[in-house]
Amino acid sequence: MADDIWILGIHMTKFGKHTDKDTVDLAAEAVHGAVADAGVTMADIGVLAAGNLMNASAGFGQQLQKQIGQTGIPVYNVANACATGATALRTAIMAVKAGEVDMGLAVGVEKLAGAGLLGGGGQAKSDGKEWTPKGRFGAVAPTDGRIGTDTMPGVFAQIGMEYGHRYGGVDFELFAKISEKNHAHSTLNPLAAYQKRFTLEEIMGDMMIAYPNTRPMCSANCDGAAAAIVTNGATLKKLSLEQRRRAVKVAASVLTTDPYEEACQVLPNVNTLTRNAAQQAYEQAGVGPADLDLVELHDCFATAELVHYDNLGLCEEGGAADFFNSGAPWRDGATPVNVSGGLQSKGHPISATGIANIWEVCHHLRGEAGDRQIEGAKVGLAHVIGLGSACGVHVLEKAAA
Amino acid sequence: MSEQIPLVDYLVLGDGPHLVANECSTCGASYFDRRNACASCFGTDFHRVDVATEGTVNTFTIVAFAAPGIPVPFVSAVVDCDGTPVRGNLINVEPDPDHVSTGMKVRLATYPLGTDDNGVEAIGFGFEPTS
Repeated sequence: MADDIWILGIHMTKFGKHTDKDTVDLAAEAVHGAVADAGVTMADIGVLAAGNLMNASAGFGQQLQKQIGQTGIPVYNVANACATGATALRTAIMAVKAGEVDMGLAVGVEKLAGAGLLGGGGQAKSDGKEWTPKGRFGAVAPTDGRIGTDTMPGVFAQIGMEYGHRYGGVDFELFAKISEKNHAHSTLNPLAAYQKRFTLEEIMGDMMIAYPNTRPMCSANCDGAAAAIVTNGATLKKLSLEQRRRAVKVAASVLTTDPYEEACQVLPNVNTLTRNAAQQAYEQAGVGPADLDLVELHDCFATAELVHYDNLGLCEEGGAADFFNSGAPWRDGATPVNVSGGLQSKGHPISATGIANIWEVCHHLRGEAGDRQIEGAKVGLAHVIGLGSACGVHVLEKAAA
Repeated sequence: MSEQIPLVDYLVLGDGPHLVANECSTCGASYFDRRNACASCFGTDFHRVDVATEGTVNTFTIVAFAAPGIPVPFVSAVVDCDGTPVRGNLINVEPDPDHVSTGMKVRLATYPLGTDDNGVEAIGFGFEPTS
């Protein structure tokens, strides 16, 4: 039987606007934090998985090594949209699990403050001299805005509205209430980009981006980094009692893509790959949704959070609206969801997100979450979606020691 | 009448404008783009099939904020055309939640995008309410 995988050290930077730090500075801060948290040095690390989208072709991991330690270990520069951080972590875990290294480091970082709208446009406006069919659709002009929308707020709005069409009981106000919850949760998180509570009226009355998502219902573009050090059980046994006590068990680590289904190439299907990832993760971990003390899920938009209650099995199929209305996902509810404030309020520096959500869960499992501690938390789940699509799900358990 | 070109190659112009899909000859999965193989069964043989011009709105959003140069607001939707999901804008309808809803019946409609230097007019498509 394969050895257990443990998170030995983990760190996230403050999310927000870091005008005085570049991408490598932020990543270095996260790595130094993780290394100190783990009680190791860069000399102990056997592999580095580095996630960054904005400089994906620039050899970011090697740039980072040049500032924190060039030990000659292999670097995997990974990119998987919003699942990049989880992909980096999963890469480090696979290397440790394969027995090639005893310790792996994963880092995700993004500088996104002020980035504005993501996903749309991109092509130059081609209305001009001659209509010329281009690309896989033989389009003579950009299709974004002419044949539906490519913007993230719009795509995820449709994903939420489709759920409402299928199951009912869903309206603008329900989505806004989900956002109200996450912004309220963020007031207890000093590392969140925004820590401001909004009233429901403020959320619904704010600038509409893509109905039903208003501005506070969209993930906050910001700067930030997170890093984690993973190891195996055999290595952990040789470490100090304090290191063993604070280590968090990775009970499941899963990455999926979307299997072919009717319509999945028309509107991205973020549901099936999440359901598949959750199912595999629960099997690996030997736990079920009812065992989870907290969940950090990918609320890139308020409309996305709703569908993932269902996809992660937190409610019965079609029951996401009832689940929310019962109060369950509030921090004092049966299954607290996004007690960090989520992407809408904590912020979403894309490649950092898939490690930062693990940090949040670890923080609670270690009993170190301060004012926002979920008391007695023993098991938690972290989920991310990268559109296109990739889904990462990790189940984490408090150390027995 | 001047020469016309469709916005995308899966829009067929003429007396009865309609969309065509590339249907996998093995498993029946349908696609609107140029294919290398079928994502469902990996087959490589496709044939073109006409898509129904009437359908039901499965989901929509009203985009109020888009990339520069894209007129807003507009309604983006996925329409179920007799079993084939189609992505498109809802047109000839007020872009607000009082006039657009999931489940509404719509039909294909075309509109001019503009004319190039050769006098060729590009034609786009959308879906408009049937009533």
